Amino acid sequence: MTAAPERTLPSVAAVCRTRAGVELKEFFRQRESVVFTLMFPVILLLVFGSVLDYDLGSGVSFTQYFMAGVIAAGILGASLQNMAISIATERSDGTLKGLAGTPMPKSAFFVGKVVQVLAVTVALVAILLAIGALFFDVDLPSGAGWLTFVWVAALGSAACTLLGIAVSSLARNGRSASATVTPIALVLQFISGVFFQFSEVPTWLQTVAALFPLRWMAQGLRSVFLPDALAAEEPAGHWELGRVALVLGIWCVVGLVLCVRTFRWQDRGQG
Amino acid sequence: MSESKDPLAPHGSHARGGPLRGGPGGRVTPVTARDGAHWAAVTSPTAVPAASAAPRPDTPVDPDAAISVRGLVRRYGSFTAVDGLDLDIHRGEIFALLGPNGAGKTTTVEICEGFRRRDAGEVRVLGTDPATGGRRWKAQLGIVLQSGAGDSQLTCRELLRAQASYYPGARDPDEVLDLVGLSEKAGVRGRALSGGQRRRLDVALGIVGKPTLLFLDEPTTGFDPEARRQFWSLIRSLRDLGTTMLLTTHYLDEAEALADRVGVIARGRLVEVAVPSALGGRGSAPAVVSWTEDGVRRTQATQAPTALVSELAGRFGGEVPDLAVARPTLEDVYLRMIGGPA
Repeated sequence: MTAAPERTLPSVAAVCRTRAGVELKEFFRQRESVVFTLMFPVILLLVFGSVLDYDLGSGVSFTQYFMAGVIAAGILGASLQNMAISIATERSDGTLKGLAGTPMPKSAFFVGKVVQVLAVTVALVAILLAIGALFFDVDLPSGAGWLTFVWVAALGSAACTLLGIAVSSLARNGRSASATVTPIALVLQFISGVFFQFSEVPTWLQTVAALFPLRWMAQGLRSVFLPDALAAEEPAGHWELGRVALVLGIWCVVGLVLCVRTFRWQDRGQG
Repeated sequence: MSESKDPLAPHGSHARGGPLRGGPGGRVTPVTARDGAHWAAVTSPTAVPAASAAPRPDTPVDPDAAISVRGLVRRYGSFTAVDGLDLDIHRGEIFALLGPNGAGKTTTVEICEGFRRRDAGEVRVLGTDPATGGRRWKAQLGIVLQSGAGDSQLTCRELLRAQASYYPGARDPDEVLDLVGLSEKAGVRGRALSGGQRRRLDVALGIVGKPTLLFLDEPTTGFDPEARRQFWSLIRSLRDLGTTMLLTTHYLDEAEALADRVGVIARGRLVEVAVPSALGGRGSAPAVVSWTEDGVRRTQATQAPTALVSELAGRFGGEVPDLAVARPTLEDVYLRMIGGPA
């Protein structure tokens, strides 16, 4: 008989660390992803902040309003768009299949992705806040505002990460994922109150936007950056933080179910 | 754990209902030598009485074999890609699976690797059903996929270190880079490698976990001849270390150079298993003698080429014009088995 030497498998934690390192290098060494995901929101903030510097009333500048929107859009890019495109690419070029053939615990792969999203999101938010505060006199959140900021960003990021992983399974490859997800994200940004005030969006488009997480993430973040006087401009007349949590929470559950049911380690038609 | 190979006695042809069932043995039939197909005219099944090397469908799977497959079936829609395939691969051997595109090679291999499901049949790989194999089972495998690994921003060394960290008792990444001849590219990113270098990186990723069983699906596609020779010596040194290998390839010289046994798969079935020199009754197949007479190229297949040549020598009183004596190459018998050019 061949008693294979009982070698202990590496711990899941150790493999998670490896995967986190791999994912961070894959992201930050790729110029396209850094420019697209990290620099694009920064450029938007610089351009919009310089051009659209008008007063919304109550002494609030548009840049103060835009800060919430551009952070929400940045989180969408770092999570949903990033995951959908990168995982679709890795699936079509055989990276995922290669990993599935190793004893790597499957969970470690997702932990690595989450670490990547977290790192990119934290870096992006820090850069946006710094630019806002330094160049555009944006008032940063304080006290309880930070708490709201953190849970809205974390919950929105989680929902969008799960959705991005789920969406990656619909695309044939990275390019088709990009071609599908990028325009949808752009439309959502326009109708969710990122580039201009949500109250200026036609009602029926507001209803469409309300189906997706971006609108709720943006509104939750507005509650942090804007004075309560501007809550009256929201569709419900107040910040609706409870509903923000509810909708983002539902999207987390929906995203998780979709991931579990649809995730594939190889191209469709195989397996 | 010393693995003794099964004695590879000269297994002969065992044309089990396959296209090998040839004409009457020993008959000398003049044919025109146009391509490899003339071998189909004369085979001599009676001359090779050795037992079949392929497992019989009615024996159970062998849990001690590296790979044991019985009655494997896989359908894609109405197309049956694998149609009742039986296969045993012993521990320690290099087994080459040959077959045309679409014959079911990759499907079979990927079922054994755990990538694809099966519709029927029994499969044991290192004693485990691939459909339920866990981490511990995968830790004993090395897999070089036909598609290869994807683009990466990581360097070769980083990729190998990451891969090694998934396995217990992995090889040293730098030694593996040296083994596949990529030491100079250790700091180069995966996506910046040439096609042949990428393939070598794929092989390096496949062996860094120190596998007991290594799957190599068309590993040398895109290699130049020199790289192929280097790869062959790498495979031989892995065999000397006791690694079992299942190799699929389109290069018959590769199968002949590396494999202890060769299996030919056609239309989803294994049509023959033999040592390369005996495949298709090659060892005892008639020779083809050709010469020029009265300005016409003449060809004759015979079991007694020496007698024919001396008869010709007598007839011509010395040198026979353009004399050539040939035995079927592996390619000849292979093409005939898969129903190649008729």
